[in-house]
Amino acid sequence: MSWLRWLWRQLTSMRTALILLFLLALASVPGSLFPQRGTSPLKVSQYLRDHPKAGPFLDSLRMFDVFASPWFAAIYLLLFVSLAGCVLPRALVHFNELRGLPPEAPRNLSRLPTYVSWNSQARSEAVLPNVVNDWKSARWRVRHDGEWIAAEKGYSRETGNVMFHLSLLVLLVAVGLGSATGFKGTVIVREGSGFADNVTQFDTFTPGHLYSADKLPPFSFTLDDFVAEYQSGGQQNGAARLFHAVVTYKKSTTSTPTKHLIEVNDPLRIDGVSVYLVGHGYAPIFTVRDGKGNVVFQDASVFLPQDGNFTSTGVVKAPDTVPQLGLQGFFLPTATKDLRFGPRSTFPAANDPQVFLSAWSGDLGLDSGIPQSVYKLDTTNMKRLGIEELKPGQGWKIPGGHGTVEFTGYKEWAAFSITRDAGKGWALGSSIVAIVGLCLSLLIPRRRVWLRITAQPTGGSLYEVAGLSKTEAPGLTAEIEKLAAHVRKYAPEVAHVD
Amino acid sequence: MSINETLAQGSNILVYGSMAAYTGAMTAFTISLAKGRRIESLQDSAARTAGASHQARMGSTATLDRPAVSTAITSDDKLGEGRRAGNIGMSLTWLATILLGGGLALRGFSAHRLPWGNMYEFSLAAAFAVSLSFCILSLNRDLRWLGLFITMPVLLDLGVAVTVLYTDSAQLVPALHSYWLAIHVTAMIACVGAFTVGGALSALYLVAEHVENRITAGEKPGRWGTIASRIPAADRLDLMAYRIHAFMFPMWTFAVVAGAIWAEAAWGRYWGWDPKETWAFITWVIYAAYLHARATHGWRGRKAAYVALGGFIAILFNYFIVNMFVNGLHSYSGLN
Ligand code: HEM
Repeated sequence: MSWLRWLWRQLTSMRTALILLFLLALASVPGSLFPQRGTSPLKVSQYLRDHPKAGPFLDSLRMFDVFASPWFAAIYLLLFVSLAGCVLPRALVHFNELRGLPPEAPRNLSRLPTYVSWNSQARSEAVLPNVVNDWKSARWRVRHDGEWIAAEKGYSRETGNVMFHLSLLVLLVAVGLGSATGFKGTVIVREGSGFADNVTQFDTFTPGHLYSADKLPPFSFTLDDFVAEYQSGGQQNGAARLFHAVVTYKKSTTSTPTKHLIEVNDPLRIDGVSVYLVGHGYAPIFTVRDGKGNVVFQDASVFLPQDGNFTSTGVVKAPDTVPQLGLQGFFLPTATKDLRFGPRSTFPAANDPQVFLSAWSGDLGLDSGIPQSVYKLDTTNMKRLGIEELKPGQGWKIPGGHGTVEFTGYKEWAAFSITRDAGKGWALGSSIVAIVGLCLSLLIPRRRVWLRITAQPTGGSLYEVAGLSKTEAPGLTAEIEKLAAHVRKYAPEVAHVD
Repeated sequence: MSINETLAQGSNILVYGSMAAYTGAMTAFTISLAKGRRIESLQDSAARTAGASHQARMGSTATLDRPAVSTAITSDDKLGEGRRAGNIGMSLTWLATILLGGGLALRGFSAHRLPWGNMYEFSLAAAFAVSLSFCILSLNRDLRWLGLFITMPVLLDLGVAVTVLYTDSAQLVPALHSYWLAIHVTAMIACVGAFTVGGALSALYLVAEHVENRITAGEKPGRWGTIASRIPAADRLDLMAYRIHAFMFPMWTFAVVAGAIWAEAAWGRYWGWDPKETWAFITWVIYAAYLHARATHGWRGRKAAYVALGGFIAILFNYFIVNMFVNGLHSYSGLN
């Protein structure tokens, strides 16, 4: 038992808190230097491919999920146990102190760092009650006797300290529970298409550990229009200047549709779910006919941007022809004439859109049972038929009588992140309390002041005022002088009493 | 809205003007330091500090409210030369600060927005914040001895800004269209400015403490003795550094929270361990550790000062290394 108590004392000491704080800072560093699965899973796979030896070793140390790793959790959980163990008892002590009285005046006031004294003919009975009133109305907590007054101020320093530390505990719980009960999903929506809040409609969906699927509110929306503007000319040519997505949403299947503008810093919020605009791109529209002239594909295909100028790649799959037909290629919003480096866009806006396509025939591999990316063509069992570049409205007769492709134009698409985090409000609330607590605890000094009136054998009294601050308080001297002035009003100084 | 090129050029001219003034100020402060002397002798400071820590060990509450030493380089007119150079340094620093402020303002007017949208502007703003913090602090105390240690980093920062980080004035990318940008970044800049002053004080504290320890141990002051004899005593430096850090820590907390509010609106999560966020967190933890260290027996003084410097290094790392070499969402450097 005694070693348990010893352990607890060690854990809740300031020194341990300090060491755990250092460990916390140190443990966060690799999380900023290695790519993290939570934010950039693709970079993690890339890293693992590039470093076949070091990669798996680092992975076994959880270097790619630092902030979800057991050792990171161990540090902050220990820190918070230590915090609770340290601060809760302090809170109790402070609560009792709040109801108590300041301590008695020390015997020798002149040894205190701030000290003034003078002689006066005024008698203590006449002075004391007035000073007590004055000091009380200056919001000092006052205790007094026939000959002295003890006063204290700045209790909110400790209150603030307790507020701060306890709100950190609340913050931790809010962050943890919020992400455990929430979810995060992303979806790409083309202009004119829509999204209904159903798990199957997400492109990616990450639920928290305690999440259950029936918590999705029944809302839906369609993307009516996506608008992007870019800087043209200058050093920052092509830099984005404005994005917005015009959507029409319905809170539930039966409610009336409402128009709404989603911008980058302005999400749509419905029933605890937020819809953010996080990306955009182009979806060229193709009409594909087979050798007999039957339409086998007619739609806008989402192409994924590869660079800041939206050189985009994508595919079209037409599985219903024999043999099956596939197109893969580039969409360039502003095509360059210079093809030395391959097809490439020179500006993000669709000023001169073109597609570069290669047509393939054979087996798309859709029936193999292995899930396929909708953005890639598996050409292992396919034969290339030819390549062609097209402007909007142009068509292409695929060599070998395999049919035709018409590039009719393009739509834009927007990527949305749809999230729910019920802990958000609590996290914000506790952060605000933490900041207020910090300000109180760091900016308000706790200070004590005493007045002692000593009757002199020769008549008259010696008046002494002295003060002390437990923390390094600027301006204590000025404050003491002000309080002494209250006293002097009732006990004017006389040159000498003898 | 388009960019007003005339104003953008005017901004550049003012920035170069301020750099010239800072160079002058730095020279003047150096001369002033070389010629100045402080009132209290190193021996007295060392004795007092040793006495104070003895008192603290004895359990009495020693407060430092009554300044035992003037932080003036000198108030002795016979040593007028150092004093005059220091005054020139202060005046030039004020001038440079005003020019730099003007440069920032024109930069903002030229693009019709707050002038902290990319790394170049952020560097100007940070230099301005450092310089302004110093000027404001010098209003009611004599800080001529600190001038060199402020104008030097400011000038370095401006030099990096105009050579490496320069970007033409331009509009912002959409993610930066938010009034939380104004709040978050303004708070961050103010913190960086004040923490730089705090870091300089902590570094000088280490120098003073080292020399005073040598004297207490009966040794010669050593090669740091010259600097130590021109700056205030260790306990004063420690207290000044503490006050700045303690004052700015809530501000840093606020700046991080404001960033989280902005991130929630822009990226759909208030905290995502993006490299910049991670380093803001690391900085916060280090400064919290500093405040703890100052309240922990055996950590006050030298160790605490090292922790404070660690916090400042984290700020620098976040600013230069993370911005330029680590990819994250916060890619606002404006460089390619
Ligand atoms: C884990 C156990 C912890 C313990 C034992 C602890 C203890 C304390 C104590 C006793 C003080 C008062 C110091 C003083 O009066 O100057 C204090 C202040 C402070 N604590 Fe903690 N703390 C803990 C955790 C934390 C954590 C996790 C943080 C945040 C990162 C934190 C931040 C602060 C700050 C900023 C102060 C400054 C307030 C001041 O100086 O008055 N503490 N802490």
